[in-house]
Amino acid sequence: MATKLNFSERTIKFQREADPEWARQVSEHPGCEGLFSCLQCGSCTGTCPLSIYMDYGPRRIIGLAREGFRKEVLNSQTIWLCASCYSCAVHCPQQIHITDVMYNFKREAIRSHLYPKRFAIPVLAQEFYNVVRRNGRTSEFLVVLRMALRTNPLILFTMWRTGLDLLRTGRLKLMSEKLKHVPFLPKEDA
Amino acid sequence: MPQDYSYFPGCSLQSTGVAYDESVRALFALLDLKLHELPEWNCCGATSYMSIDEGSAFVLSARNLSLAAQAKHRDLVTPCSACYLVLKKTQDYVEHYPAIANKVQQGLQAEGLPPLNGVQVRHPLEILYNDVGLDRIKHASVRPWRGAPIACYYGCQLVRPYCDSDQQQNPTHMEEVLKAAGIPTVDFALKTKCCGGSLTGTIPAVGQRLNYLILKEAIRKGAGAIVTVCPLCQYNLDAYQADIRKSTGEAIDIPVLYFSQVLGWAMGADAKALGLQRSIAGKQTIKQWFAASEREEKAHV
Repeated sequence: MATKLNFSERTIKFQREADPEWARQVSEHPGCEGLFSCLQCGSCTGTCPLSIYMDYGPRRIIGLAREGFRKEVLNSQTIWLCASCYSCAVHCPQQIHITDVMYNFKREAIRSHLYPKRFAIPVLAQEFYNVVRRNGRTSEFLVVLRMALRTNPLILFTMWRTGLDLLRTGRLKLMSEKLKHVPFLPKEDA
Repeated sequence: MPQDYSYFPGCSLQSTGVAYDESVRALFALLDLKLHELPEWNCCGATSYMSIDEGSAFVLSARNLSLAAQAKHRDLVTPCSACYLVLKKTQDYVEHYPAIANKVQQGLQAEGLPPLNGVQVRHPLEILYNDVGLDRIKHASVRPWRGAPIACYYGCQLVRPYCDSDQQQNPTHMEEVLKAAGIPTVDFALKTKCCGGSLTGTIPAVGQRLNYLILKEAIRKGAGAIVTVCPLCQYNLDAYQADIRKSTGEAIDIPVLYFSQVLGWAMGADAKALGLQRSIAGKQTIKQWFAASEREEKAHV
């Protein structure tokens, strides 16, 4: 079976395109200290339940990040596909908190508008954030509805059966709850 | 002597996971354990809030710890795995990073709340294992189990990365507690594999694939039901079986229950009080196991 080679797309990276200063800043963030101690052993990618769906596995993300390839890391779907199962973090022989490193990248991708647009995961996170800031509690119904409207409203048609099942069993709360005193939360990162 | 705990149900236990709230309350009442719900608790932030803003995410979750520090009972029980993890993580980061501790301190002060010292975050399963003990569970279990063996599914966030009392790679507390109550379990290798979390809502094809693997393996091992400790795991495994049947063409229909539901049942609680009617998948099996034997019991009296 002959593999079709695409000569117009470069697959290697040049050192001069990297930003080592950014990598250093990342490694100073709480939870990200282990960035430079990575052995590139691949235990994280091996144990990650989602690595087969990712554009880069967690090992490659850590590898790219510590060299300073900021755009590749923050643009990737990988950081958003991470479901926070912490499997990589507990299997890492260097005890790198990989899940927390991913969180750090998610936040920077949002701050610098580098996340893939209309990609449902960052949109869900933003809507969750907005609802919690407004009400003090989340509402699954409201968050999913707002996510669908912002990404792909047609997805609501595939959800009707689940919605109906939940409604029938008394598990869909349509009204969202608001605390009497919604906690004041200073916005620092966002 | 009743034992007292502060209680943090979390947002999921008020909607999709309402049966978890009902069954934990029923089970604790049967064991003479008192739950005092924190007044005006707020969302823990789960996995999403932390993805946007770290500083205020820790203040948000710390507010609940601070409410518990103010309350009479400093053992804070939370059944939801995400809440459990986020509260523990907040304690961990506040302890290890002075910058985060300062931010949290300022945030709490602005709200007129005390610091979060001295609170112990606990999960109902761990309380059953450590505070109640297997002996008492054995004595309290009055109903013989009529159902098939069960696959115990722990998911991620209860055992990773903070796993205080069980073994992280191969947790066994749920099996031990169920066995003490006379409920047989199967060997289940995928017990800590991820269910996909919120991916079922954002990228359904990926989320449902992860759920399919867990459901399929449980059935292959001869389990008649799956029992979970997490409202999101329960929802994912329970609510998408019709979609999974459609996409795979396989006849998958297996009840996904909370450990508190089957234990509460063994200890004599009503099916309704445990929220057993709220399951979506495996309705026939649930009827056979619970409703039918409840009717039988009534006929005997």
